[in-house]
Formats: sequence, C-alpha cells, structure tokens
Amino acid sequence: MSEAVDETFEPRIVAFFCNWCTYTAADLAGICRMTYAPNVRVVRLMCSGRVDPQFVLAAFRDGADGVLIGGCHPGDCHYQQGNFHALRRVALLRPMLRDMGIEEGRLRIEWISAAEGDKVQRVCNEMTEQVRMLGPLRLAPAPGSQNDAVLVEVTEGLVEQEVP
Amino acid sequence: MHLPDGDGEVKSPPESMATAPKVGVYVCHCGLNIAGKVDVERLVEFASTLPDVAVARDYRFMCSDPGQELIQQDIRDGLVNRVVVASCSPLMHEATFRGATAAGGLSPFLFQMASIREHVSWVTADGEEATEKAEALIAGAVRRVALHEDLERRQAPVLPDVLVVGGGIAGIHAALTMAEAGKRVYLVERESTIGGHMAKFDKTFPTLDCSACILTPKMSAVRSNPNITLWTYSDVVGVEGFTGNFTVRVRHRPRYVREDLCTGCLACIDACINKKAKVRDEWNEGLGKRKPIYIPFPQATPPVVVVDPDECIWFKTGKCPRTCVDACERDAFDFEQREEFDEVKVGAIVLATGFKTFDASRIFEYGYGRYPNVYTSPEVERLLNAAGPTQGEIEMRDGGRPKTVGIIHCVGSRDVKYNSYCSRVCCMYSLKLAHLIRERSGAEVYNFYIDMRAPGKGYEEFYWKLLQEGTHFIRGRVAEVTDEAMSKEEEGRLVIRAEDTLIGFVRRVPVDMVVLAVGLEPQSDAEQVRRLFNISCGGEGFFTERHPKLAPVSTFTDGIFLAGACQGPKDIPDSVAQAGAAAAEVLAMVDRGAVELEASTAFVDAAACSGCRTCVALCPFGAITYDAERKVAAVNEVVCKGCGICVGACPSGAAQQHLFTDQQILSEIEGVLQYV
Repeated sequence: MSEAVDETFEPRIVAFFCNWCTYTAADLAGICRMTYAPNVRVVRLMCSGRVDPQFVLAAFRDGADGVLIGGCHPGDCHYQQGNFHALRRVALLRPMLRDMGIEEGRLRIEWISAAEGDKVQRVCNEMTEQVRMLGPLRLAPAPGSQNDAVLVEVTEGLVEQEVP
Repeated sequence: MHLPDGDGEVKSPPESMATAPKVGVYVCHCGLNIAGKVDVERLVEFASTLPDVAVARDYRFMCSDPGQELIQQDIRDGLVNRVVVASCSPLMHEATFRGATAAGGLSPFLFQMASIREHVSWVTADGEEATEKAEALIAGAVRRVALHEDLERRQAPVLPDVLVVGGGIAGIHAALTMAEAGKRVYLVERESTIGGHMAKFDKTFPTLDCSACILTPKMSAVRSNPNITLWTYSDVVGVEGFTGNFTVRVRHRPRYVREDLCTGCLACIDACINKKAKVRDEWNEGLGKRKPIYIPFPQATPPVVVVDPDECIWFKTGKCPRTCVDACERDAFDFEQREEFDEVKVGAIVLATGFKTFDASRIFEYGYGRYPNVYTSPEVERLLNAAGPTQGEIEMRDGGRPKTVGIIHCVGSRDVKYNSYCSRVCCMYSLKLAHLIRERSGAEVYNFYIDMRAPGKGYEEFYWKLLQEGTHFIRGRVAEVTDEAMSKEEEGRLVIRAEDTLIGFVRRVPVDMVVLAVGLEPQSDAEQVRRLFNISCGGEGFFTERHPKLAPVSTFTDGIFLAGACQGPKDIPDSVAQAGAAAAEVLAMVDRGAVELEASTAFVDAAACSGCRTCVALCPFGAITYDAERKVAAVNEVVCKGCGICVGACPSGAAQQHLFTDQQILSEIEGVLQYV
C-alpha cells in the first residue's frame, strides 16, 4: 500500500456467527458489557457449515472490508462437523480471494465457544484493527461501469490487431 | 406428525406472500439498556426510509403486553405483513415476538429480530457509533424479512420414558420425582451403588442430620419403585436422536455376580480365600482396605457384591479354590460374565453426573502426600463416619489422636492458579467438620479462611454456633504447611503458616493434623460426557445451563436437563431443589406429548437438483437420500436438524434451508452493508 493509512477510515466487517457457540458468545459479551469495536455486523446462521463461499464474496461485493466467520471449537459443533466444512471452504476460498486482489487478512475464521465472550471482544477488536491497517477494499469496478467500457475498448483494439 | 414427501416441490406462495411486503419495524428502548446508548428516535426515522417498511415505531419495553399489542394491532389493521423487532438477542425473546406475530394473525415465521442490545448498546462505547451499527442491523433484518415465507409447524411425539444419568442425591431425587408421577425412569450409575458423595458423609450441615438416615430411605425407594429401572456399574455409551426421541445405549460392566440372584448376605466376602483385606478401598478414600470381592458400604444399593478382576486370585492366576462360590447359597457367581448392552428409547434426559474434588497434591506447599497427617476433607468425612475405616474415631495415619487440628479453607478454590471460582460448600462443610472433630476428639480446631461464606438457611446461625463453641477462626490464606520446627512447641508437629489479616501479622500455628477443605471440580470425564450428550461446558468445565437465571436446569440441547453439581458447585439442598426443577421440566415436556420440530430444515428443489449427491455424503445425520430413479436428492425433514451444511455445499443452489435461504442471507448481507 503506497498511500498513508487513512486515520478516519472505519472498516465494515460482516461476521457470520453460528447460533450455538459464537453468536451465544457474542450475547455473553453483551451481558458482561465487554465493549468492543462497533465495526462488526453479525449475520446469524445456525452453523458455520452454512457459510456458502458466495456469502463471503457477496459481502465483499456489497462493501465489506472484512469477513469474519465464527464457529464452535473443533469437536464441539452442534451438528458434529459443520465447523470443519467451514474451515475447508475457507481454505479453498483463500487462493480465489488472493487472485481477486483481496488480502488474506480480510477473511478470518475463529472458533469461539459459548463461554468465550472475551474472545468475541478480542477477535472483533483485532480484526477491526487489522482491516483498518489494510485500508478500504477497492475491488475492480463492476461490469457496466465507466472503467469497464474503457476495458472493452482496449481489448477490442487488441483483438483487431491480432486477427487482421 | 407431518411427514414431508421430500421432493421439494415449490408450493404456491401463501396469501401473505401474494401481497407486497409491508414491514413493521419496532424498536425497543429496553428501559435505558438500549435507549441509554442508542438514539432510538433516529433508528425509527432511519427504518421508515428503508424499502418495504410501512410502519416504524419505538416503545419502552417491546416485550411487555402493551409492546406486543402494538405489533398485533398493526397486523390486525392491515398495516404490516412482516415484523422486525429491534431489541435484545433472538436467543432471549425470539419466541416471545414470534408469538406476538402469530397472535396478530400472521405466520410467526414472517418475523425477524435485530439484536441491538447484546450486540450493540451493551458492547459499544460511543453512542453515535452504536446508533450506526444498530441501523445496519435493522436494515439487514428488514431486507431479509421481506423474503420470509410461511412455514408449516411440524411436531414430533415425545416418548414417555426418561433417562437419568448419575445416582447421587440429585439423580435419585429426580428419578423418584418422575417415577412417582408415573413415568418409567432408567437410572444409570457407573459405580456399583447409588448414593454418590452424600453416602460417604456422616453428618450434613447445618442441621447435623445423619446423612445415611436421610439418604438411604431414598436409595431403597429407588430400588423398590416399580417405575425405576436401576442400572448400576453401567455407563451411557451412545446417544442418538433429538428431543422427545432419544435412543440411548447403555453398557453394563461385569461384576461377576448376578444381580438378580445375589441377596447381599455377604457370606462370600467372609469366605474369600484372602483372609485379610489388602486392597485399597476407594470408598474410604484409601484409608481402609477391602477384599477382591466387596461391597462399598453396608447399605449399598443394590446390595450386590462386586468382584474386582484386577485383584481376584481366580482372575489373576486361574488357581483358586473359589471358596466364595461355595459360600454362595444362591449360585449367584458368574465368572464368565461379559459386558452387556441395552438400548432404550427415552423422551428426555436428566444429567446428574456430579463433581469430583480438587486434587490437593497439586498445591505442594500444603504438603498433601508428603506429610501423612495432612488430610483432605473427603478423607476426614470417612474418618468421622461411623461406618468408615476407624468407626468414626479420629485416628491419624500414624495411629495417634490429634489434640490440635487446622482446617484450611479454599484449597483449590478462589485461587487464580487453580480454580478462580468459589466452591460454595467448603466453608459450611469445614464448619461441620470442625464441630464433629471437636465433638469426637475434644481437639482444638483452627479454621483458616479467606471469607466466611454462609448464605443459606440456618448457615450463618451454624457459624455463630461454632464461634460460641470455641472453634478458632483465623482470617487469612495459608502460605504453607511445614514440619520445620522453629520452637520447642512446634517439634514433631505440623506448622501452619498464615497471615492473620485481622491482626496484621504472620502466625505460625502448630497442629497435629491438617484438613484441606478441597473445592469442587467438574468430573474428569465431563468433557466426554458433554460431547456424548451434545451440550456445552463453561470455561471451568461445568455443564452450561440454557440461561443462568431463567432456564437454570435446561441446556442448549432441547430435551436434556441438568441437576446437581454437574452444572456448578452445589450443596445438598440446592442439588435436590435443582433435581426437582429438572424433573418438573421433564414432566411438563413429556406430558405435553409433542415437541415442535426445528423449522429451519433443509429442502431440495428437485427441478434445480443435478443429482451430484454432494449433499448426501455431507449430512451428519443421514437425512438426505438419493432417488436413483428421478436422479435427485431429497431431505427427510423429520431427521434434518437444520444446520444447512448441505445448503452451503450445493453447487446448483437446489438445496435450501427454511428461514436461511441463500436469498434471505444475501439480502441480509446487503442490508447490513448498503444502507449505513
């Protein structure tokens, strides 16, 4: 990143928390009045295994600067193994995100049990700071935008040159 | 019960869907819990600008009757056909507001909650930031609820029988209560007798009731109650199914004596070729000896002897005249006995698996295991018990009788190095032990305490009684127990070194015997048990209740309830009270006869399914089958538990989850991001 860190930048992070462990832990953090960064917006799912990779991509597309997935600790999944599936999907998704120019630190998966309200606080704070350092996510413009038209022009030019 | 055909046909939308969504947003102040941090008026203004929102209101307490009435009235007036309540966590009040939505005449599933208390006002320092975050969460809920659909509410029958795991006082009380209500109860205990810790005590605080006198009648009642199937020397090895419909596998370990034949005459124990008892007696905390064939204590229930194959000469060498067998008039011996298994189907489960005591040898400074006259409290309970190794006499390991005894409180409790929590019972049982030691031996007793905690009925009075009796109390945590004498008086004795915080200097108190008041810990296999029953543990390892105040005996797994110290340190009155509460919850559930099944089950849109079978292998519950003829997958919604693992993996989007469809979640994502 060549630009200086924007001090006023407030990252937006979408979190997918499983109902049984991490969402409950976030409730616990609330009950214990553990203050943490307000940047994380939680979407409740029944299981981290429900996280479809397209949810992560959609979040980035819709303006998230980071995505956090929270599930039960290995072996503790309410549905036996949903968290393992989440982990595997994240592993498969990482290279794809890298290819899209989305830094690795923008996607994080964490195991947070229902008793770990303090971990919700810590992870949300860490993630916010990490994404703040990475700066706003600047994805390639969506199809149909001005830049896209330029791109089409350029590629058409190339095609003409190569195929006389 | 509705059995879905599983072909996932797309049904025509219900009437509520035919009309355009009209969302009502109801923002709760929760007194000042939300309104004290979040600008509620701004939330209402913001909500009214969101797409599909027809009505936005705020109220001091949405969960109150007038609050719920606001929602119902708007539904009845035709103003709204979707409801969003922005208040506490859905884990707190989702059922309440679904009920209110239904009472207004809408499907309860046309409702969504935004948690702006637990996830916003309670955890955000800045009011402006909190308001912004609350706006985002409300936008997410509004966007998603527009896509909600009515769902069929399915019920499953509840099997009438009940399983109780653990035969201590909590398990006994729960089992008896439910059996007396006419339920068939399976009581599984891993020891060879029920009774638990309470059966080892001589007296109970603060009334000094004889423990056996109040416990053994209940143990006999368990045995004689025709509704209770008592399985001792047994453990639960498998649990399957869901609330109302569990299949439990129980293993019976061989005791090499047939329970149906043994009368408990104990002639075999006398006849054993080992004339002397040589084996460490676990029941007496190792202070006594038993034979390879034994019964833990005279009133053991069932009164059936057990053969210890590790110590029995027949098992070890195959050469023994087996005088025990000859002595048995009932031919009850069966040396060929093997493990046996039973499978039972129950509607509900009560876990009353109890606690273990802190291992005192972990605190090196207190000398347990190094100095023979340092005892743990469970050991002293046995010394004081008339049926114990010394017939109730305080006889130390070296044979001597103590003239001075020091009791150290909070051993392993209230100490960040071991357990930071208070074990709740140690102050009171230490007082009881102090009283009994004084009464039996006339010894001077010194209690070293941090704080005296006596919050139960009659407890403070008991403390006063001890003070008046002349028991010494020294306020301060003990630094060490040592045998290094610094004066003539200390020679040959144990010295307790502690700061007396009330007079402000360090004292050395020479004593003959030290009692370590060890704290209560989760059972060493609590983690395995937790996994077996699919419930959760807190950080300290005790089982977690569903709500610390309002659902103290329920767990996050429906149909599984907690009783006694497996949920946290508890004395006998509290364990019994909790066991009664667990029994009442079970009875309420079993007598209702049916439970509502998970609404958020998965389904497969047959038209979109490519028949790849990815989902079939992924389902942890075997709920998905493949129809080879039609080449599509189908979900059995009765077996489906609604995790959505299959939905997240479906490459064609054919698998979906009720209340968590791709579209609903994608809309929520868009909602939380694009409006603030």
